[in-house]
Amino acid sequence: MKTLPDLAEKRERREIRGSSGLSARETVLFLLALLLTMLLCISTGSVHLPPEDILRVLSGRILRADLPEQLMKADAILSVRIPRVLCTALEGASLSLAGAAMQGLLKNPLADGSTLGVSSGASLGASLAIALGVTFPGLPFAGTELSAILFAFLSLILVLFLSYRLDSGLSTNTIILIGVIYSMFVSSLMNIVVTFASDKLHSITFWAMGSLASSTLPKAALLSLTLLICGGILFAHTVELNAFAVGEDNARHIGVNVPRVRLLVLITVSALIGICVSIGGSIGFVGLVTPHLVRLITGPNHRRLLPGALFFGAVFLLLSDLIARTLLRPIELPIGVVTNLAGAIVFLVIFSRTRGGRP
Amino acid sequence: MGVETNRELLTVSHLSVTLGGREILRDISFSVCEGHWLMVVGPNGAGKTTLVNALTQGIPYSGMAAFEGRDLKKMKPLEIASKIAVLRQRQQAGYAFTVEEIVRLGRYRQRSGLFRSAAGKEGDDRAVEKALQETGLLPLRGQSILKLSGGELQRTFLAQTFCQDPALLILDEPTNHLDLLYQKQIFALLADWLKVPGRAVCSIVHDLSLAKAYGSKALLIDQGRQAAFGPAGEVLTEKELNPVYGMEVGQWMRHMLKMWI
Repeated sequence: MKTLPDLAEKRERREIRGSSGLSARETVLFLLALLLTMLLCISTGSVHLPPEDILRVLSGRILRADLPEQLMKADAILSVRIPRVLCTALEGASLSLAGAAMQGLLKNPLADGSTLGVSSGASLGASLAIALGVTFPGLPFAGTELSAILFAFLSLILVLFLSYRLDSGLSTNTIILIGVIYSMFVSSLMNIVVTFASDKLHSITFWAMGSLASSTLPKAALLSLTLLICGGILFAHTVELNAFAVGEDNARHIGVNVPRVRLLVLITVSALIGICVSIGGSIGFVGLVTPHLVRLITGPNHRRLLPGALFFGAVFLLLSDLIARTLLRPIELPIGVVTNLAGAIVFLVIFSRTRGGRP
Repeated sequence: MGVETNRELLTVSHLSVTLGGREILRDISFSVCEGHWLMVVGPNGAGKTTLVNALTQGIPYSGMAAFEGRDLKKMKPLEIASKIAVLRQRQQAGYAFTVEEIVRLGRYRQRSGLFRSAAGKEGDDRAVEKALQETGLLPLRGQSILKLSGGELQRTFLAQTFCQDPALLILDEPTNHLDLLYQKQIFALLADWLKVPGRAVCSIVHDLSLAKAYGSKALLIDQGRQAAFGPAGEVLTEKELNPVYGMEVGQWMRHMLKMWI
């Protein structure tokens, strides 16, 4: 028989060791950080909005009360900024989650959602749509977005098909190799598109470097839905991801259905990335860097890593977007430029500090 | 040694493996019975690891491999994992998981559905505790596996297989790169593990002395063919070993031993 204090001590020890998910304190802390960052991003911009005005407008909206005259302008600004902040947070969370899952699945700390070539595939789809002016009549999305999603899935199918042809066991190395080669191939195709559509160069480039300027509430809803479904699937497979992160052989030995789980995670991540790229363009480094940062806090156990990656990805991208909007006001930088710059520096700092430590 | 019976756990008959047009293994037949420790021996490149990979890693083979009469190819991964655990030669630690997290993965096969019941978790905790204790890893349970020595890392994965609680343990040169002390530790742990009735061990071993000391049965493989299979005392003899290894095995062993006398 176990005594009560015995069990309590055990639970406490388990929390320290981190074999269960985030503790209540960590969750509250992370949530608070996320909310504060969102508030900061909503209030900062070309026009500063004090937090109390934001709260008054929001409560007025919710209660459907008439807004006083002096808040009308704030209301107008908020109707732009809130969707943008929501989309940014959701994109950051999704990209970071996808990166964390891929790094675990492929047991490769340099993998992220773009490793499979899905990200570049989606970019190619979008630039083609922009260059050719493709529109899909009668559909709720713009042609660019739909084309990006379509190309993301085509890319996944192509990469998996080629990997399977080369190696029927679909080993990790083959997938990474094909993914990287495919990305390079697609990048050169994109350059061809740009060459032939030089009049659209600006919009293609801006899109390819990522921007959340055209965020809307329906887009935020689509992102939430995607994150809910794909995130749910990934969260249901944390133990399997742990096993993959230890090693594919080991996963098979302990009874994981390796081909099935791998395919499921790859498809889930691709859906996540495809939708993200279709809405915000290709935003690099978020999926690569944030899981590394989070792992320093939570350790590699995916039961803690995945929720941590959600929060930190959102915060990282929110801050990057804030910098992109405000650094060179009134010019807006593409967010991908900021994430790449910040990400590369953060990455170098982490690596030089933790060499030989926890990767 | 455990109680040796004639009940076959693993039965392999006429197993052949061809990879990239090259025949690696041809017509291998053997069985592992309860209480037995089968030593698979043979020179480098004989196909010993391929044999283990065919049985446990899904490398395609012809012929038949069955556990308790059931075709391995027709068993689901979770079913196989509940019967057979595998310890590989070398563990490549990538991320900084703790010793306990690695050991706990051995309980994966106990899952049913998404959520574990309270009783299931209790059982997990007990099994992990026991495996850690048996392998002497309790003081290291919270340690990152990146900071372990080779011997400790191998013991961690051995604890994972104990935690998995299989009937058959398959080991691919479990102590090949380890110091003497760790070799001794791991073989002693395995011999203890085998004492429980209903269990069996099948291991690839390079060191013929270890094979002689611990093996009850032996399978000798030479260039992909089965050279001999039978009681260890009959297979691990100069008559069988000399032609396969292309040298006077016994003479060499006695010569080496003289250095210590």
